[in-house]
Amino acid sequence: MATISLRAVEKFYGKTQVTHGVSLEIPSGEFVVILGPSGCGKSTLLRMIAGLESISKGEIAIAGKVVNDLEPRARGCAMVFQNYALYPHMTVAENIGYALKVAGISKAERATRIAKVAETIGLADYLNRKPAQLSGGQRQRVAMGRAMIREPEVFLFDEPLSNLDAKLRVQMRIEIRKLHNRLGATSVFVTHDQIEAMTLADRLVVMNAGRAEQVGSPAEIYRKPSSLFVAGFIGSPPMNLIPCEAKGSDTVTIEGHDIITGPHHQGQGTKLVLGIRPEDVTIGTGDFTLSVEFCEELGAARLYHGKLAQETFILQVAGAQGPVPEHIAFSLPQAAIHLFDARSGLRLGD
Amino acid sequence: MIEKTPLLNALTHAILLCGLAVAFVPMWLVFVAATLTLTEINTPPISIIPGSHLWENLAEAWHRADLGAKLINSLIMSVAVAGGKIILSSVTAFGIVFFRFPGRMLAFWLIFITLMLPLEVRIVPTYAVAANALSPYQAILDTIGFTTLWASLTGATIALDWNLLNSYTGLVLPLVATATGTFLYRQFFLTIPDELFEASRMDGAGPVRFFREILIPLSNTNMIALFTIMFLYAWNQYLWPLLITTDRVHFGTAVTALRALIPAMGDSTGGDVPNWNVAMAGCLIVITPPLIVVAALQRFFIRGLIATDK
Ligand SMILES: Nc1ncnc2c1ncn2[C@@H]1O[C@H](COP(=O)(O)OP(=O)(O)O)[C@@H](O)[C@H]1O
Ligand SMILES: [Mg+2]
Repeated sequence: MATISLRAVEKFYGKTQVTHGVSLEIPSGEFVVILGPSGCGKSTLLRMIAGLESISKGEIAIAGKVVNDLEPRARGCAMVFQNYALYPHMTVAENIGYALKVAGISKAERATRIAKVAETIGLADYLNRKPAQLSGGQRQRVAMGRAMIREPEVFLFDEPLSNLDAKLRVQMRIEIRKLHNRLGATSVFVTHDQIEAMTLADRLVVMNAGRAEQVGSPAEIYRKPSSLFVAGFIGSPPMNLIPCEAKGSDTVTIEGHDIITGPHHQGQGTKLVLGIRPEDVTIGTGDFTLSVEFCEELGAARLYHGKLAQETFILQVAGAQGPVPEHIAFSLPQAAIHLFDARSGLRLGD
Repeated sequence: MIEKTPLLNALTHAILLCGLAVAFVPMWLVFVAATLTLTEINTPPISIIPGSHLWENLAEAWHRADLGAKLINSLIMSVAVAGGKIILSSVTAFGIVFFRFPGRMLAFWLIFITLMLPLEVRIVPTYAVAANALSPYQAILDTIGFTTLWASLTGATIALDWNLLNSYTGLVLPLVATATGTFLYRQFFLTIPDELFEASRMDGAGPVRFFREILIPLSNTNMIALFTIMFLYAWNQYLWPLLITTDRVHFGTAVTALRALIPAMGDSTGGDVPNWNVAMAGCLIVITPPLIVVAALQRFFIRGLIATDK
């Protein structure tokens, strides 16, 4: 298996820079998910690792060897594409075995290995079908099988589940994770779906506009988002983010109410942003009142939407029943508060 | 059809029947004429009922125009033109679509411009080149003064000469070197998703392998469509074969041979009455091979021209 090192990797298309000095060490066998909104440069980064895109600046090393100038085939990576990219004129077996054919492996050995892979991905009965005769989920499996057969050191996934329906996506997500646990290859998985990212990742890289904004375990990133962007991007429903002003070194004010936040060491009147997750708000008592504008019923919980300091504010209440109240009193418990500098967007305190 | 009503159906069928008549009536007249005797055919009005002399007329035409040898010549030429075209255009389109190199768009436009220069327009220069295919290079050497230099140094004159008159090469090459096929292939290659090329790169296949094992199989129906079009185009050539083959006995094509069946009015041979019955029988023979090609390939042909999925 192989480690992957990105060292200040940059990518320019002409004059436009789409990757800004990304550095990352991926230990052997780890499952890393790159998460970010569409257009932030995730695919570009992945394709630079694969060798499909040239590296404008910086270095990428796989298993300790710098691969900047190596062809994709020499890097030992296999890739699963968003639209599967199966060869339409080849059968499932030929699709899966094509890499072996190119590598000049004998027909007999190919057949054995194809059979084994087909068994793993549950397509043993479909080997003679063409891709057009398969369902979306089956095509997805073929794409996985095609990547697996070479027993690569590195697996690269570019939003492989985004074309599946919701149920199948959950199922394939679990299968991908199981497969990873079994094969133990280093995996880099790109997605814009945060739930997919949180459930799959050993380690999560949140990308924004070509930068790796935060790197850490899913739980770490959820509990301690390092910037406003990450705070707003991770979590569903998203974290409430309310503008406020510093007052003293451990207090802020929102609409005239003082809230103790713990030490933040910002000068009086500094513009800050207070963040709190909808499920962390204490309801029933407190200084604030939410006028409920509408209510989302999730079954296990309800989301009450309203406003605080002109910003959307959501309360998540587990097990709520009965008629929707017009007003809800709530307070912001100190332990659950995240503080960010309004200008730089960086996290303050801890 | 967006709507289906009896009236609209009847109307569309009427239009189709008109089209059929326009296409079919002349064919029928050719067939009828080929079955009559010389006297019958020269007696007005034009008969529309077949006579009983088809086989005699066919045999006469076959014999008089030496169609056996000429059909083989035509077949060689048409297959070579269609085949050469497919090879040339698939490779050039591959280069233009899948590679980034300086002057790529220039190359594309230069090829594209030849669409506006059919053989008939450039027939004189093409003939000049065919008479000596190396003459452009000779001209270049002459212009830069290399020939004079070489002559003064070695005493030998350089006279490059490669005559294509009266050869299959001469018949075929000028018809191969046009842009239609390149354009067709280019349009098809542009519909191939980039991911497919990238997947093959990840699988370790180089460009040649990708071309041979993925692009070519995928463009099968395209290839058949192009083959059909080019076969017909080459088969129906008249002016070029007439010009480049002076040795009609060995290199004449079937279409040009038809001329032998119609003595021109006021010909030196005297005021022969044209044997239209034999001429039409010759026509029947000559249009048969392309008809067979179209009938055999039309299934794929139509798929090739409308193919989007796959
Ligand atoms: N070949 C290209 N030429 C120019 N710009 C490109 C090219 N490919 C991608 N980009 C730009 O790079 C940015 C990142 O693209 P991409 O990595 O595909 O984003 P993501 O996968 O995160 O959605 C986008 O703004 C996109 O427009
Ligand atoms: Mg992408």
